[in-house]
Amino acid sequence: MPVMTMVEAINDALRVEMRRDPRVVLLGEDVGVKGGVFGCSAGLWKEFGGDRVMDTPLSESGIVGAAIGMALYGLVPVAEIQFSDFIYPAFDQIVSEAAKMRYRSGGEYTVPMTIRTPIGGGIRGGHYHSQSPEAYFAHTPGLKVVVPSTPSDAKGLLLASIRDPDPVLFMEPKLVYRTLKEEVPEGEHVVEIGKARVVRSGKDVTLIAWGGMVGMCEKAAAKCAEEGIDCEIIDVRTIVPLDEATILESVKKTGRAVIVYEAPKTGGFGGEISAILAEKAIEWLEAPILRVTGFDTPFPYTLESVYLPEPGRIREAVLKVVRF
Amino acid sequence: MSGRPKHKSAPETAAPRGGAPPPATIPSTHGGDDLIRLLSPEGVWLGGSGGSPFPPSRLIELFRGMLRIRLLDGRMLNLQRQGRIGFFGQSTGQEAAIVGSAAALKPEDWVAPALREAGVALWRGLPIERLIAQCMGKGSEVSQGRQMPCHHSYRAANFISMSSVIATQLLHGVGVAMAAQMKKDPIVCMAYLGDGATSEPDFHSALNLAGVRKAPVVFFCQNNQWAISVPFAKQTASRSIAVKAVAYGMPGVRVDGNDVLAVLAEAGKAVERARSGGGPTLIEAVTYRRLGHSSSDDPTRYRDADEVKLWEARDPIDRLRKHLLSLGLLNQSKEEAIEEELQAQISEGIRVGEAGKEPPLESLFSDVFAELTPQLREQRDATLAEFAHRELPKGHGH
Repeated sequence: MPVMTMVEAINDALRVEMRRDPRVVLLGEDVGVKGGVFGCSAGLWKEFGGDRVMDTPLSESGIVGAAIGMALYGLVPVAEIQFSDFIYPAFDQIVSEAAKMRYRSGGEYTVPMTIRTPIGGGIRGGHYHSQSPEAYFAHTPGLKVVVPSTPSDAKGLLLASIRDPDPVLFMEPKLVYRTLKEEVPEGEHVVEIGKARVVRSGKDVTLIAWGGMVGMCEKAAAKCAEEGIDCEIIDVRTIVPLDEATILESVKKTGRAVIVYEAPKTGGFGGEISAILAEKAIEWLEAPILRVTGFDTPFPYTLESVYLPEPGRIREAVLKVVRF
Repeated sequence: MSGRPKHKSAPETAAPRGGAPPPATIPSTHGGDDLIRLLSPEGVWLGGSGGSPFPPSRLIELFRGMLRIRLLDGRMLNLQRQGRIGFFGQSTGQEAAIVGSAAALKPEDWVAPALREAGVALWRGLPIERLIAQCMGKGSEVSQGRQMPCHHSYRAANFISMSSVIATQLLHGVGVAMAAQMKKDPIVCMAYLGDGATSEPDFHSALNLAGVRKAPVVFFCQNNQWAISVPFAKQTASRSIAVKAVAYGMPGVRVDGNDVLAVLAEAGKAVERARSGGGPTLIEAVTYRRLGHSSSDDPTRYRDADEVKLWEARDPIDRLRKHLLSLGLLNQSKEEAIEEELQAQISEGIRVGEAGKEPPLESLFSDVFAELTPQLREQRDATLAEFAHRELPKGHGH
């Protein structure tokens, strides 16, 4: 099996699907001739031409709105928003239009569209190249939200997202884009949307994370293991629909949960997971549910490493719930 | 700008014919009489020697289409006042813009509607009973009572489901057109908007993208001069909407929106230009919203009754009626027969629409996604179980 970074795996998924399905088109800023600012669409403009790999004017709402129209007409668009920090001009198109189209038309019109967008910190990007806005979108009925944490999952989940009959927001953690390399299956490789992944089995505490924070949890778990604490790690993989069953099963086994996400603490999606655990697993809990998160501040530049949850901060939370 | 008037009308100050009230200057939006017109307000052909090229059957069809919208408005407002529908958005005074633009399209073309284009869906075959069932929130209609009245969807005629959000649909129209262009389908999308929508960012995004891609889309603006209570002069400092087309590299056309023949002719040219690869057009049909924004609005609170009277005198149906009378294609008894037939259709539509079943409880949860997520299944099952043994709550307005 070839070894790939996440960027290479995403590029591979796009190529596989564009070769397989002539309805698949890409559009976005700089996705064509340049191949995307991170290189996710490198080589595709050359292979498939400017009709199927479209450089658009600089308008996020325009990219998503036009992609919706293409989907209504029967294409399968994959739109790229260059950084999720710039997705807000398209918020209306995503929330009011794409996500409600099937419901409001009784299924007469559907939007099988994927929006790819990089999220998260780790590249010294300051306020506007670092944020993690998944919670805003998880609050939108009719929209699926997918966040891979590994190259192999990025390929498999992206293929599943493009083939999904409903709009999918596919959020790619920049922290992992080029830092993690692993074997990725060639050709067909689909990972089902809605299934969490048990990254590491353990009996003492469940760490729940997605995107760039999964790797942080693995490092934290390795440290904790040296201290005799056995962490289980769940990679949520899809925020919507959430695989509650896998999370509940793990927490019922360990009795302890620490949820790790890099968005601001208040209103983050980890709060939703915490509420589900409180509703459905409170009898199994041995300790309070803790969250390790970004702060309720804009994403900082110089103090990024303090803002982002890191293994040390995660370990502190693990010690707290284990010693409770 | 290539939208220069081809058919110069007589100046507004021309001597009135047939005892009609003297036409006044069109207020506020009017930067000179540059409106393209084929019929004078008195129904006199202005299109040059040789007379109207429209066949008589086509003229009668346009008249019927306009009258149907007018009659439906009246009946629906009555139903709203009787509490049989919760809300209605009228089109009175705008029938020529609606029917003229719709008549320029082929059945295989697409429509991205704004707020006041139910008449376009009717023209394209939306059954009246289905329109009424939608306004009554019935489960017999495809959208299962999920949207407010007047938010239609009609897949059979490529009429895209409408939202209440302003200008978003313009980009869907561009996307449809780009997709058709890519697949080499000879399809045009008519994307509708009002004057208020020209202030939204999506108006700019859509026209800009369509211009760059030479997409086969026609932007059709019903400039009815009022966005709820905000008049055109407070919406833009532009002397017209058509002039904005210049910035996007496309023709802008300013047509008398109360002249159905001029609207049809100009929309037809734009549609054929788009179909033959000539790219998009922005059409501004200058008309007037004679009633409130909706049944929930009282326009007497913010505008002058004299202005409304002025536009009542420019009635689009009356204009075509006078033209048909002068051609001998219509007389009082013929018109009465048409009206009777349309009223009977509407009555039957109300009867069938109102008899539709209520949406089932399950419809609350279906169609969010192609398949229920575990969360939706859990919520649906709990709701069905709860209401298996108690009555549904009576909501507001019931």
